[in-house]
Amino acid sequence: MGEPGTKEVLNLEELQASGGVRTGRRHVLSILVENKPGVLARIAGLFARRGFNIDSLAVGPTDEASMSRITLTVDGATHPIDQVTKQLHKLIHVIKIRDLEPDERVARELALFKVSCQDGESRAQVMQFTEIFRGSVVDVSKRSVTVEITGTDDKVEAFEDMVRPFGLIEMVRTGEVAVARGRGAT
Amino acid sequence: MRAVDAIMECLKAEGVEHVFGIPGGANLPTYDALYDAGIRHVQCRHEQGAGHAAEGYAKASGKVGVALATSGPGATNLVTCIADAVMDSVPTVFLTGQVRTELIGTDGFQEADISGITMPIVKHSILIQAPRDIPRAIHEAFHIARTGRPGPVLVDIPQDLSRADIPYEPVASVRLPGYQPTTEGNAKQIRLAAKALANSRRPVIYGGGGVINADAAKEFRELCVSDVFPVTCTLMGLGAFPADDVQWLGMLGMHGTRTANYAMDEADLIVAIGARFDDRVTGKLTEFAPRAKFIHIDIDPAEISKNVPAHIPIVGDAKRILPKLTAEYRALGADRSRLDAWWQRIRGWQEKYPLRYDDADDGEIKPQYMIQAMYEATDGRAIVSSDVGQHQMWAAQYYGFTRPRQWINSGGLGTMGFGLPSAMGAKVARPDEDVVCLAGDGSLIMTVQELATCVTEQIPVKVFLMNNGYLGMVRQWQELFWDRRYSHVEMGASPDWVKLADAFGALGMRVTDKGELGEALKTALSEDGPVLVDVHVTKEENCYPMIPAGQAARDMVG
Ligand SMILES: Cc1cc2nc3c(=O)[nH]c(=O)nc-3n(C[C@H](O)[C@H](O)[C@H](O)COP(=O)(O)OP(=O)(O)OC[C@H]3O[C@@H](n4cnc5c(N)ncnc54)[C@H](O)[C@@H]3O)c2cc1C
Ligand SMILES: Cc1ncc(C[n+]2csc(CCOP(=O)(O)OP(=O)(O)O)c2C)c(N)n1
Repeated sequence: MGEPGTKEVLNLEELQASGGVRTGRRHVLSILVENKPGVLARIAGLFARRGFNIDSLAVGPTDEASMSRITLTVDGATHPIDQVTKQLHKLIHVIKIRDLEPDERVARELALFKVSCQDGESRAQVMQFTEIFRGSVVDVSKRSVTVEITGTDDKVEAFEDMVRPFGLIEMVRTGEVAVARGRGAT
Repeated sequence: MRAVDAIMECLKAEGVEHVFGIPGGANLPTYDALYDAGIRHVQCRHEQGAGHAAEGYAKASGKVGVALATSGPGATNLVTCIADAVMDSVPTVFLTGQVRTELIGTDGFQEADISGITMPIVKHSILIQAPRDIPRAIHEAFHIARTGRPGPVLVDIPQDLSRADIPYEPVASVRLPGYQPTTEGNAKQIRLAAKALANSRRPVIYGGGGVINADAAKEFRELCVSDVFPVTCTLMGLGAFPADDVQWLGMLGMHGTRTANYAMDEADLIVAIGARFDDRVTGKLTEFAPRAKFIHIDIDPAEISKNVPAHIPIVGDAKRILPKLTAEYRALGADRSRLDAWWQRIRGWQEKYPLRYDDADDGEIKPQYMIQAMYEATDGRAIVSSDVGQHQMWAAQYYGFTRPRQWINSGGLGTMGFGLPSAMGAKVARPDEDVVCLAGDGSLIMTVQELATCVTEQIPVKVFLMNNGYLGMVRQWQELFWDRRYSHVEMGASPDWVKLADAFGALGMRVTDKGELGEALKTALSEDGPVLVDVHVTKEENCYPMIPAGQAARDMVG
């Protein structure tokens, strides 16, 4: 077999492929979008069409009136995360996407738990857990308490495990919102 | 001025000379403005015809194609075209009328949520909410449609807003903070790509529709001939490299040549340029080009490593990147003779596995022969717009395209009925060229009403109908993979195509004998008006070679 003849030798075998990797963990995407009609539908539609699953999604206004921020969590085990972000970037109203790594984000979620309390003792226990989780009781009835918990999704899930045995009547979660740690913008 | 008059100004500012469409209630104001706007409107017979005509226009000229429809059924009739345009990255703008704003959401007469319906198949869409937004929206639509990876943009305009009076000022430039396509290509990556090429011993250049989109056929060729690189193209890339060149391997993929597919299989380095590793090209992904490293040049970052992981990704416009890559490559002084062994192997395949068919020795017309006769009659110079099926594949194999924008077809969506309206659009864009519609009998009848448009609007396309009496491509699959159980693929003898052409006011001709074919095609080409030539070909001919679906290059049959 002939020699390349060039002085700039490169062994093709050493080239590494990039992209298309499944990270196997949960990703929190912070997406800055123009506040245009249908922008949420476009994002949701894109996930549906490409077969990506959204674990949670929270959307709201930002400090700038023309922009909204969407915090979206996706499972990086089932989808190559670079495909997800690249496809999102193709939407004209998407300005910026940041995949916030666990150590560079502050994330919070709010959850409301309506827990059944048949007697004073279980009510006292639930209120004690609430205190430990730095939550607050936002409503009480004869046979239930409603507790508000704020924290990362791990914390919310831990609280859920604690109160489930009492009888969880209802739970509502907002989905996480997140910002980057430190002075810089997300 | 009325918003609709502003729309006309915007269209003219965008260089629009021709539009295709059908009026209705919700876009009456637009049509009123069109009445004396100085833009040629081609009144089609079905909105699908208008949409595909806009695509054919865009594919033949590189300009943005424009189609107009009214709300509801008019708009939904465009859906197939929009899906087609997104799959093949065709720069198109679709302007639809919408019901009056007060009726939106009330199931008003002829209301359809066309932005919602088309959301997954547009590059972008804009639902107008205030009349003063209209001029900017139109310019944004054109900008988005033609730049970056081109595609369809829908602008949906409620009837009342289009009639409103607005202060019109020409829009100088559009600013879209979320849309900034990368064009230049990373210099380091380009250098690395050149180095990889110089060190490869079994390279293949794999060009796609993006080369044609980028108007980069010249730059593509220069890279290819900067050494003796073997070249193949996808169905959408045909014409990007001349088929009569010694470095040409033929099309690759499902109905590509054995040589092209075997070369991909054994290559050590593949340079994909404006090509998207479609499953018709790769077959079984895990067995696709198993020995190769990939350089992938594409303007759409999402294409990189979507199907096949790239080793050297280069995001940008092929027209900008290729000259730099060629220059870097030339500077490396690679020894051409390193490719001798590779060419020896390739020439071996070419000799052993040329494209071939058994020609008939009586008057029977083999479909492959028909394509060759078409080539002869047109001197290989015609713009060919094809329908979808076997005939499309035979044209891809046997016509031998030599220049970009000469071959127009529906690849990604595979839309039967694309051929005639698209040929019509191509002829409007390139009136001085011979434009041939290569049709299948199953496909043609899906949009044959556009013959009326061709006659009335004096658009002399030549329809060469490959009539095999079957939905041939499906019949072939039933024969090969479904035990010859021909389920609902026969077309029978209806219609009488000559009479049909005649009824439309076009010239109809029929050819059943091989000896008469060449003359008939030439006569058709020399006629002034639209002509339909009904060519009766072998009924049950199969298109070979082929990679059965989901298999690998090495599994090619026929
Ligand atoms: C019946 C049938 C059979 C078929 N059989 C085959 C077959 O055997 N072989 C085959 O190849 N195809 C076949 N196809 C077509 C196939 O389905 C795909 O449409 C085709 O392979 C895609 O071509 P492409 O990769 O060139 O991409 P295209 O769809 O043409 O996409 C163009 C690519 O170029 C990029 N691009 C656009 N502009 C630029 C620019 N300026 N610079 C850089 N990049 C740019 C785009 O982002 C995109 O990735 C068949 C279709 C049908 C209907
Ligand atoms: C709108 C549409 N419907 C169905 C198909 C599926 N299909 C693919 S090829 C084909 C047969 C095409 O028949 P014809 O136009 O006669 O061409 P031939 O294959 O016989 O050359 C069909 C039905 C399609 N591609 N498009």
